[in-house]
Amino acid sequence: MGVTRGFTGRERKGADERLPPGQYDTGSSWPVLTAELAPHIDLTTWELAIGGLVEQPTNWTWDELRALPASSYNGDIHCVTTWSKFDTHFGGVSLDTLLEVARPKPEATHIVATATTGYTTNLPIDDVLDGKSWIVWEFDGKPLAQEHGGPVRMLVPHLYFWKSTKWITRIDFLDHDEPGFWERNGYHDRGDPWLEQRYQGDA
Amino acid sequence: MTSVPVGRSWTTGIVREIERPTDQLVKIRFEVADRTPHRPGQHYVVRLRAPDDYTAQRSYSIASDPDDPLVEIMVEVLPRGEVSPFLHEIAEVGDEFELRGPIGRWFVWNDDVPSICIGGGSGVVPFVSMMRYAQRTGIDPRLRVIASAQTRERLPYVDELESYGALVALTRENHHDRVAAHIYPDEVKALAFGAQRAYVCGSVGFVSFAGRILGDAGISDENVRVEQFGPSA
Repeated sequence: MGVTRGFTGRERKGADERLPPGQYDTGSSWPVLTAELAPHIDLTTWELAIGGLVEQPTNWTWDELRALPASSYNGDIHCVTTWSKFDTHFGGVSLDTLLEVARPKPEATHIVATATTGYTTNLPIDDVLDGKSWIVWEFDGKPLAQEHGGPVRMLVPHLYFWKSTKWITRIDFLDHDEPGFWERNGYHDRGDPWLEQRYQGDA
Repeated sequence: MTSVPVGRSWTTGIVREIERPTDQLVKIRFEVADRTPHRPGQHYVVRLRAPDDYTAQRSYSIASDPDDPLVEIMVEVLPRGEVSPFLHEIAEVGDEFELRGPIGRWFVWNDDVPSICIGGGSGVVPFVSMMRYAQRTGIDPRLRVIASAQTRERLPYVDELESYGALVALTRENHHDRVAAHIYPDEVKALAFGAQRAYVCGSVGFVSFAGRILGDAGISDENVRVEQFGPSA
């Protein structure tokens, strides 16, 4: 397809190589996109359940999670709605730490992450193991805001951000891929921003 | 889940009509090649391409009835935006854009479900598509609409919303016999009676406000479908 008449685009600087195709730098703002109303979560009763094909199904309370070794992510995040945000700082715990207890079975190939709202998303386990994903509750040193998934969400920063389930409450290991909420509603099953896997039918 | 069509590849849209109803709004009507029929509530992605192959793309809700031979979008111009000011200032009839759509299977009106829609500002656009469809097919009693904006000038499709019978809630100017105010609970209660689902579209703050008043009117959170835009506070 040809050039759009009269369109030159925003002035582009050196930051370009950090922008996946079709993304723009949102700067200091952090847009919000959700499909349902933000729930209020009571951390005194909240639990994170890890189940499905694991040796040791586990339920973590908020206090138990906070007692684990902390892990942080410092880097960029990318949303399918075309914004990218550079140099974010999230604090929480690596999913690897939780899986040392739960121990996924050899036949597990995928996970489904579920929010208290019923929102779900699917991920291959290779995209969440070995330092690739976190359960986080801090952003820039402050408690994560409710509209961004606070008090606690998943973080999978190398994929489009709909994979980083807000208000997470369960992770289930499966021996097959099972499309989640947006994946059933037209979005890609994996969502790699560098491959521009936005919608069903993308490579 | 009922089957909802989703456009799987990029296509071309030729601008056949363009209007700038205010200095903050631009209405564009496209002729779309290889068009996939849409359902009210879905959106299109518009992609612009610069001479150096840099691209910018944004999603816009569809305003047109599925039966309309053209696909209509209404874009609010954002300060310091990249795509919306281009569409407002430069785009003309005859221009060709890369389009992809329709997209989205969630924020789609199931026309057999009595529903209430609450839109803030340009958040009314998907509801215009729903209204046009409901009127054409004679099922408009199943779709009630509340449209909120600061002023009449800031509300896209305000005349059409009024002739549909939507409740127009202006927060900064009086409107007929309604005193300027945010949507208040009694207004929602009356319109929410009998509704089994709610659709809310608007800014982050507006969506959270609308969610609370819907809850007070007896619509539970799991029956509320949301589309929100803009930066968080």
